[in-house]
Amino acid sequence: MSARRTGRTLPLHLVLAVVGVAMAVPLVYAVLSGFKSTDQLSRNPIGLPDPWVTGNYTDILGSSSFWQLLGSSTLIAVGTTVVVVAVSALAAFSFARFAFRGRETLFTLFTMGLMFPFAVAALPLFLLLRSMDLLDNPLGVILPQAAFGLPMTIVILRGFFREIPAELEEAATLDGCGPLGFFWRILLPMARPALGTVSVLAVVASWNNFFLPLLVFNEPTWWTLPIGVQQFQGQYSSEYARIFAYLVLAMVPALAFYSVAERQLVGGLTAGATKG
Amino acid sequence: MTSTFLPDKRSTPGADRPPPATAAAGRTRRRVLHWLTAVGFQVPALVLFGTLVLLPMLFAVYAAFFRWGGFGMPEDFIGGDNFTRLFQDPVFLGDLWRCLVLVALSLVLQLPFALALAVALNQRIRGRAVYRMLFFAPYILSEAITGVLFGMIFAPDDGLADQLLGTFGLDGLGGQWFADPDTVMATLFLVMTWKYFGFHMMLYLAGLQSIPAELTEAALIDGAGPWQRFRHVTLPLLAPTLRISVFLSVIGSIQLFDLVWIVTAGGPDHHSETMAVTMFQYGFKRYQVGYASAISVAMFGISLVFALAYQRFVLRRDLEGATTTMRGGGS
Repeated sequence: MSARRTGRTLPLHLVLAVVGVAMAVPLVYAVLSGFKSTDQLSRNPIGLPDPWVTGNYTDILGSSSFWQLLGSSTLIAVGTTVVVVAVSALAAFSFARFAFRGRETLFTLFTMGLMFPFAVAALPLFLLLRSMDLLDNPLGVILPQAAFGLPMTIVILRGFFREIPAELEEAATLDGCGPLGFFWRILLPMARPALGTVSVLAVVASWNNFFLPLLVFNEPTWWTLPIGVQQFQGQYSSEYARIFAYLVLAMVPALAFYSVAERQLVGGLTAGATKG
Repeated sequence: MTSTFLPDKRSTPGADRPPPATAAAGRTRRRVLHWLTAVGFQVPALVLFGTLVLLPMLFAVYAAFFRWGGFGMPEDFIGGDNFTRLFQDPVFLGDLWRCLVLVALSLVLQLPFALALAVALNQRIRGRAVYRMLFFAPYILSEAITGVLFGMIFAPDDGLADQLLGTFGLDGLGGQWFADPDTVMATLFLVMTWKYFGFHMMLYLAGLQSIPAELTEAALIDGAGPWQRFRHVTLPLLAPTLRISVFLSVIGSIQLFDLVWIVTAGGPDHHSETMAVTMFQYGFKRYQVGYASAISVAMFGISLVFALAYQRFVLRRDLEGATTTMRGGGS
């Protein structure tokens, strides 16, 4: 019985293993290449490092510029998340718990924002930020990122807020709770898992954003990790091993975050796609 | 902003006070206050969305009718000339064609591949948690990291791809990858599949898990084979998820920028250029901002027409109820 089961699933295991190898090889190759010198990499591109060179990794970790990128990316991701979640929660509350004239139109406007390509707004946005003196300023990335994150966040939060029973709101009103009191003291604490989900999505989107920081930051002061990766490649274009080490170190925070917040991330992405 | 809904609080005790003659006026007043409260919560979102999303979008539409270098205000009005030029521009027409190619490849190869793996991982099979994590992991990595990584993996001769092929004696299959006009799109699609299929797989897995096991079991008892069960039970029930996934995939192809910009910047000789890349080239490198705006508007128009048509004809069934049966807690 058990042998028959294994026999039947053998082709399946084979397929999964092949795909798994194809997915893993680029990542493993990057890690191993980071442990070679560029000279060794060109002589021995596929095999294990011999000797293992740790200089590429330690050099990058010892340089202040890598940590500065990490700091900027973190600050901008946190700032974006705080703004987009706070503003979206207020709007989603109104969409979910109030009946008011113009609600449908307004909600349609926000959901249409789901398909506004950022690239379309890029040029005028750049000019706007320049006139507001927000170039080379972290707010110049935080605020537009938050604005473009609103539609998705509002749609997801509205779905969660609507699931909270109306009886709770009636009870709160009878106890003398105004709309703001209900929102702050009852709704938000109850929606903590949903807030976690949208926060995780906002952090990942901000962390990986490339286009906007590319436009806004001319000076390296506030460069984020994706810009840093591209610049590093330009700067050390012939030193392959160093670039691989850099890529691997740049991957670590995102993958670590994924392993911690996997459930919120996957839950949020699927909720965002199906509840919209 | 806080003051917007304070009056509403006070209006609750005050509502009993007016004599019967002014009850109607009181009701109107209360309704206005209710509306102000509801809209008050929207103000921050409206300000943010209005200034940083809608305003730039509208301005792009305006600027598309001018010859404009991006300094000062647009003054040289040229009507629809930018759009006429657009549809004679071989690069832009090529962008459209490449977009169609990517959409077709995604629908025919990437999404079925993701579906097959989702079905495989939906079974009790050893190591499925590891596979799921591994297949989804590239989606978490930034386009910058992915782009630089694969730019080096597909570097002609020195890169891993050519080295591996050489090791297996398949040098003939090696090549210039991103540097060859004939293979650049195929290579790009390969990288896109590596990065994005895991996301669609996760969507399908979530959809598959919501299908009650009783249904497939019933079909099994009725004597349906594995393919029949998939074709007549699983697939129809997965349809809403599939429709959403197709939608996201198409919109993603229309708006593709980061990965292309980092790996090829549209080259060699425009052979991997996308609409967003062309827009960026004209807007930020050549200072033809009016023309770049016209490209933006065309992109938005294409996204919008696709989205509306798709919602009208394909998603209608899934969205029923989502926009029609909203209950308001405040009333």
